[in-house]
Amino acid sequence: MGSRASSLLREEDIEEIKKETGFSHSQITRLYSRFHSLDKGENGALSREDFQRIPELAINPLGDRIINAFFPEGEDQVNFRGFMRTLAHFRPVEDNEKNKVLTPGEPLNSRINKLLFAFRLYDLDRDDKISREELLQVLRMMVGVNISDEQLGSIADRTIQEADTNGDMCISFNEFTKVLEKVDVEQKMSIRFLH
Amino acid sequence: MESYLFPFDSLICMLLGISFTVGFTLLLVFIIVPAILGVSFGIRRLYMNSLIKLFEWATLRMERGAREKNQHLYKPYSNGIIAKEPASLEQEIQEMRRGGAEPEFDMSDIFNFCRRGVESIVDDEVTKRFTPEELESWNLLTRSNYNFQHISTRLTALWGVGVLIRYGFLLPLRVTLAFTGVGLLVVQSSIVGLFPNGRMKNYLSDKVHLMCYRICVRALTAIITYHDSENKPKNGGICVANHTSPIDVIILASDGCYAMVGQVHGGLMGVIQRAMVKACPHIWFERSEVKDRHLVAKRLSDHVADESKLPILIFPEGTCINNTSVMMFKKGSFEIGCTVYPVAIKYDPRFGDAFWNSSKFGMVNYLLHMMSSWAIVCSVWYLPPMSRMEGEDAVQFANRVKAAIARKGGLADLLWDGGLKRGKVKEVFKEEQQKLYSKVLVGSSEDRSRS
Repeated sequence: MGSRASSLLREEDIEEIKKETGFSHSQITRLYSRFHSLDKGENGALSREDFQRIPELAINPLGDRIINAFFPEGEDQVNFRGFMRTLAHFRPVEDNEKNKVLTPGEPLNSRINKLLFAFRLYDLDRDDKISREELLQVLRMMVGVNISDEQLGSIADRTIQEADTNGDMCISFNEFTKVLEKVDVEQKMSIRFLH
Repeated sequence: MESYLFPFDSLICMLLGISFTVGFTLLLVFIIVPAILGVSFGIRRLYMNSLIKLFEWATLRMERGAREKNQHLYKPYSNGIIAKEPASLEQEIQEMRRGGAEPEFDMSDIFNFCRRGVESIVDDEVTKRFTPEELESWNLLTRSNYNFQHISTRLTALWGVGVLIRYGFLLPLRVTLAFTGVGLLVVQSSIVGLFPNGRMKNYLSDKVHLMCYRICVRALTAIITYHDSENKPKNGGICVANHTSPIDVIILASDGCYAMVGQVHGGLMGVIQRAMVKACPHIWFERSEVKDRHLVAKRLSDHVADESKLPILIFPEGTCINNTSVMMFKKGSFEIGCTVYPVAIKYDPRFGDAFWNSSKFGMVNYLLHMMSSWAIVCSVWYLPPMSRMEGEDAVQFANRVKAAIARKGGLADLLWDGGLKRGKVKEVFKEEQQKLYSKVLVGSSEDRSRS
């Protein structure tokens, strides 16, 4: 009874995660406690079943795709580092961060990385292209049985037509970014973490 | 060698004998007699107040210790890890369509599902209800320790003393009382059972039950505050309450007499059940009968129809929840059509968390935890009776009662089923979400075909 989670997380680990993801110390300990409470097997890693036990996620039409985003290619377990790395995509972009450099390269919660996260939800086979088939499958997940195949097909065709600029009947990441140019990605793909 | 030990031997025996006698007399005078008479010396309240002062001191010590060592003190957030959007999914998507132009599928729609999904991974309303509530500060029990104990030696010493007191003194005392209480219940109800049915028997049965439950209350060092006792359940009604642990039964039954409902068990529980039913009618179901909803409903209705029988005590959630929320009430008891007396029970987790995580701990383990906590402190509110209104169906009535209980006890009112503790959520909820989104898509294509 009760969680002894934070005693298993070392200070060095917290510092590393802080550098990599930009979360604060207290946010990391809080999220570790959450990670620990989801980890029913108590083996320091989450499996797909652990995620599916969350009812609100289980009823989300894209629940399985979101769960998949946490697991690297071919793996069935995600440890706390991986968990935090994925969650870091949803950290809001703060103005003062544009001047700070936490890690070399793009911070995890930049616009590009948020778009990449969403792109990967569509890209089922991870080949960096969204084909018509993949788009149809994701659409089918979102609408269930309520829309006919023909209607769904025409929606998919229209979407690809509008986005595709190089005529290969697939949507690449650049084309995807172009289509969503005007959308406030930073706001839509951010979660307000409390301090 | 033997002659050496001999004088010590008899001395030890004498000391043991004296301490047993003294102990037993104290027990009798301070605990059992008041339980029989229904009075209280106020010892438990004094104990509770001293514990509160102790915890406050411990918290200050911890904060000071953490500052000195420049460590971060783990603080659980009672308001949550994230601030969620209050709007529903549908509303969010409608917002996107505002921009005039041709409404149709937009690749950015996925963002909404995505964000909501990840929000529920970080913090959801359901899974946290099946683990004990987190405390703001440490209450000197290992089980709620978030790495507090290494901050100061004085604190660790205090914790050590606490362990000695709890396991060395309180636990044996409580176990003795528990056995006494249960033993008396079995013996005395069997005796009362020998009386012919009538007012005398009912009177004696009430007295016997109350006395034994009161002894059990003392066995747990439960400090209970009853509010609004004028609304106490009366014969011919059903009493419903939120469920946190099997102790709920003892807490309610030590203040009033109820008819219990439950499955027939074997072993010790079975013995207790059979003894209880000799003194006054309780409703025990065979395992096979539990599935038959009509049979269950019939037996319950028959019982409430008889005015001489005691009010039935039911926990409509069907499982133990961690006392931060009230989950879906099963509609069975609300279909019967009699007066419902709602009761709200709220435990104070600082002294000992009463929540029973039945998927993780067995009954004996749980009782051991309970009897080695500091105390069980709780408040009971008797709410005014409610009846089903015209045009209201059982589910709506159940939700109305649930909302009243949640409001009174300061608990969150959830629509989710407590059965999610063990089972998966039904597919139909996902299908509802899909339907909602389709309406937004299809509705838009209808507009287009019109233009």
